[in-house]
Amino acid sequence: MLEVDVYFQREEFSLQVTHHFSAPISGVFGASGSGKSTLLALIAGLLKPKQGRIRLNGKTLCDTHAGVWTPPHQRHIGLVFQDGQLLPHLSVRNNLLYGYQNISPQQRRLAPDTIVELLEIGSLLERKPAQLSGGEKQRVALGRAVLYSPELLLLDEPLSALDERLKQQILPFFLRIYDECKIPMIYVTHAMSELNFLTSQRFVVQDGKLQQEIN
Amino acid sequence: MLTDSEWQVLALSAQVGLWATLLCAIPGIFFGWLLARKDFFAKPVLDAVLFMPMVLPPTVPGYLLLVVFGSQGVAGQWLKNNFGIELAFNWKGAVLASAVIAFPLMVQAAKLSVQMIDRRLELAASTLGASPFKVWRTVTLPLMLPGILIGSIMVFSRSLGEFGATITFVGNIAGETRTLPLAIYSATHQIDGDAMALRLILICLALAFFSLLLSNLLTRRAERWLGVRRA
Repeated sequence: MLEVDVYFQREEFSLQVTHHFSAPISGVFGASGSGKSTLLALIAGLLKPKQGRIRLNGKTLCDTHAGVWTPPHQRHIGLVFQDGQLLPHLSVRNNLLYGYQNISPQQRRLAPDTIVELLEIGSLLERKPAQLSGGEKQRVALGRAVLYSPELLLLDEPLSALDERLKQQILPFFLRIYDECKIPMIYVTHAMSELNFLTSQRFVVQDGKLQQEIN
Repeated sequence: MLTDSEWQVLALSAQVGLWATLLCAIPGIFFGWLLARKDFFAKPVLDAVLFMPMVLPPTVPGYLLLVVFGSQGVAGQWLKNNFGIELAFNWKGAVLASAVIAFPLMVQAAKLSVQMIDRRLELAASTLGASPFKVWRTVTLPLMLPGILIGSIMVFSRSLGEFGATITFVGNIAGETRTLPLAIYSATHQIDGDAMALRLILICLALAFFSLLLSNLLTRRAERWLGVRRA
């Protein structure tokens, strides 16, 4: 599925990742500043590696040696940010449809109604993001990314802005989304409990390297 | 209450102000965005050049406009020969003079509004398949709207007050280039012009107050629409 072999450097910080992600849900654990968000930004194409290559389902997205570079909007990789990053001027409905409208009807694997029902956000559709609670925002952000029918879904600490009770409420939605949509996910967090709940394929980013987690 | 010539002054001022605002809008948005988002070698130079009209005595841009766009100027002759447009000593020249002087206000407002936008919103849009142009059109531009609105009101208000560049470039011709400040200037130089000057001054005070009030109200509305401020 996703082959990553990249080296990234910025000032004092460096990140070296060589890994073949193949699990349905891969969990990446790391302290803040360890570079786990950088890894997702490299995969999504928001950052360019100093050298290396990234291949998704046989397509080369980035190869510094061969001079191949696919910009983020052509990678078809979804990304859910920590604080949702919903577009503040659009209603929940238009946020949900933002990515959906950017792909051709043949590429759409999910119906908006299904996702709205699955994430229980039907009553929020006409609201603006400013009128949503933290948990609601994250569910809408997840729905928006999923409706884009990405080949891979990256989740960058999607629950870290929420309190423990809300986390417990939202976590099952990720499994529900996976069961329904079968979109492979890479879930990044600094909370091990979230990973324990979601997957047994867990990795740690430490000292600028990705390591298999040994329990 | 107002005489015909006073109404004429008001109508001309509004006409010049509106055209100047339109003229500033697109380049103002573009340069504001450019200065806020792009890094390039000549950026400090461009920044300085764009904001020069704000610190120069307005007579200086006025004189330069006369040299370049006057009937003997290179650009002036080119416009006349190719498009039949004459700027010197008519209201279109007054528009250009006002636009040049007020332009930095538009750039500044646009620049600030772009700087306020969370870059991650644009990145989020790009990970949802939006091309850079689509990101600009559907995220950056709508979120700039409050700034563009304020910039437009500022440009319009500044145009209403433009004096130095206008009188230098297009003179003080009744019905053609005599906008509010020029009419006040003329009235104060007439023996019996005090009453007219007073009326025009009161109009200026009201206009300035209401345009600032309007920009404030519009900003609040726009912020609510954008969801920055809770309804």
